[in-house]
Amino acid sequence: MRTEAIAPLRAAHRPHAVSRWVAESAVPVLAVVGAILVVWMVATYVLNVTVQRDALDRAGTPYTAGELFLATYTMERPILPSPHQVAQELWKTTVGTPITSKRSLVYHGWITLSSTLVGFGIGTLLGIGLAVLIVHSRTLDKSLMPWIVSSQTIPILAIAPMIVVVANALGVTGLLPKAFISTYLSFFPVAVGMVTGLRSPDRLHLDLMRTYTATSSQVFWKLRLPAAVPFLFTSMKVGIAASLVGAIVAELPTGAVAGLGARLLAGSYYGQTVQIWSALFAAALMAAVLVAIVGMLDRIVRQRMGIRS
Amino acid sequence: MNALLAPLRGGGVLPFLAIVAIFLAFPLPGDATSLGLSPVALGGLTASVVVAAALFLRRADALAIGLGLVASFAGAALLIDDLPDGPLPAGSPGMGQGFWFALVAVWLLAWTTVDRIAGLSPRHPVARRAADLAIPILFGVWLLILWEVLVRGLGVPSVLLPAPSAIGAKLAAETATLWADFRQTFLKSVLVGWALGCGSGFLVALLVDRVPFLKRGLLPVGNLVSALPIVGIAPIMVMWFGFDWPSKAAVVVIMTFFPMLVNTLAGLDAAGRMERDLMRTYAAGHGQELLKLRLPAAMPFVFNALKINSTLALIGAIVAEFFGTPIVGMGFRISTEVGRMAIDMVWAEIAVAALAGSLFYGAIGLVERLVTFWHPSMRR
Repeated sequence: MRTEAIAPLRAAHRPHAVSRWVAESAVPVLAVVGAILVVWMVATYVLNVTVQRDALDRAGTPYTAGELFLATYTMERPILPSPHQVAQELWKTTVGTPITSKRSLVYHGWITLSSTLVGFGIGTLLGIGLAVLIVHSRTLDKSLMPWIVSSQTIPILAIAPMIVVVANALGVTGLLPKAFISTYLSFFPVAVGMVTGLRSPDRLHLDLMRTYTATSSQVFWKLRLPAAVPFLFTSMKVGIAASLVGAIVAELPTGAVAGLGARLLAGSYYGQTVQIWSALFAAALMAAVLVAIVGMLDRIVRQRMGIRS
Repeated sequence: MNALLAPLRGGGVLPFLAIVAIFLAFPLPGDATSLGLSPVALGGLTASVVVAAALFLRRADALAIGLGLVASFAGAALLIDDLPDGPLPAGSPGMGQGFWFALVAVWLLAWTTVDRIAGLSPRHPVARRAADLAIPILFGVWLLILWEVLVRGLGVPSVLLPAPSAIGAKLAAETATLWADFRQTFLKSVLVGWALGCGSGFLVALLVDRVPFLKRGLLPVGNLVSALPIVGIAPIMVMWFGFDWPSKAAVVVIMTFFPMLVNTLAGLDAAGRMERDLMRTYAAGHGQELLKLRLPAAMPFVFNALKINSTLALIGAIVAEFFGTPIVGMGFRISTEVGRMAIDMVWAEIAVAALAGSLFYGAIGLVERLVTFWHPSMRR
């Protein structure tokens, strides 16, 4: 009985789109993020307390449980830094230091970002080029495609140090060796996505093009390429995240002096946990922003092409 | 003239060029260094290339393809045999131009052969599968042949890129070391981490699926985390869990957890409205509906995550070893041998990793075929 009475009422008070978004995604996401923060704070105390208690005992001055509790959140080299320590370090190393300084995360981030973007650009072009060749050549399709797919089961990131060292031996230093690894990691999703995309037009549409006696280049520019655009952007989102991972890992083993990967390595050598965590968060933030930018480009291009999503 | 050019139009350019190239490979009078083959070998090679290529100009039957295969591989063997055994002396120009023309001729013939095999579309399913398998294998073998010939013929220093034969020799010579590394990295870190990460991701997904609020919150977070460079936590895990394999397994657990969570959650939604309503008319409880309908429907997604994770796990374990290990493990070996410029050992290690990764992936694919035999993508 009650539901019957309420049903028309609900229909009349349909919540606004924004408030529906708040109730259906913002609140749950914030709750989950909040829960993660709480777990993090508890874990900080649990993990740090033994080390901190030893330190206080050795100092000899008496302390209360409350002081011990607070001290675990402000240690200099904690086992797990607390969220506010990471936030402080992030703020200090981005806003608080000049960009040109070796301590600035913006400086290191830019070095990683530049090789990521160069590698991603080359990788995307290479992936599109390979996809075009594969779609137009039966032999390449049958011979190359299985290898492209199985190349992904190979932990290619493992050869990142080798490429960088060999390139250094050749006298090629700096951006390009790192960009090469990003290229390798990002070409695959783009190539596979574009092959699917370029093949996605209907049989009917292809037949229609044939009735117009369209050349294969006309079919490509007017039918296949526009049909492949949504696939391209989806795979570019995967590709740019992969390129960032590639650029960071490429900075690890070579004793590189700059870049987010080098910050991670230096932090692990000197036990600077706060530095490791802040570099990690900077990398995570960068990945999220890069993926979001590609997603935005996707929406803009779709709108201009008149594709309804 | 038209009659002469007619075969060229039907894709006959490649065999035609092969014939031209093999004649260009003949040493000019007075140029003894060009190609080291004996006149008999050169004559035989030329004759077989010309006959095979001429056959291809006319037709693409079993005889032509067989002859093309034999001629191209025999030619490749002759050319590899003609290479100097040791490294090229410093300052030597490398192999003469006759050698490279012969290589081009043999390679063109091989490409034509592969092209013609791809053009066959055998009616019989077994023959078709054999052709589909043979094409990538031939392509891979020719990649290795070209790699070997180019590296040795151009005198590329082995620090830069070792020849496949050198890598193979290293694989055979260092089996014990490679096996120890494989055991440390793959059998311990990767398998344990992968099983724990995938298992916990799956279980958490089952729990979260019951609470819509948590699901709406966790899905965006999980999707975001899947795109993050998680390998970066490797130094932290090494600090927490020590140098031995548990720290690597911990990295693998964290890397594999989120893809599994996200995929399983997506999979649990895959069962259709109609099927779910049907379960409800049977008065099935949550457990029954899960076991009989939603879990089977989720299996393609679960296996997708298992496959993605198999590669991620190997990457995570190897990269984590860059941050400190006991003196064994694939990542440790790669980073130290790179430091010693022993690039052939690094390639041997990569070959092992590639083989392990592919077999792991293949094994999961095999289990997937058995479990999700009902899925449309498995039908033939």
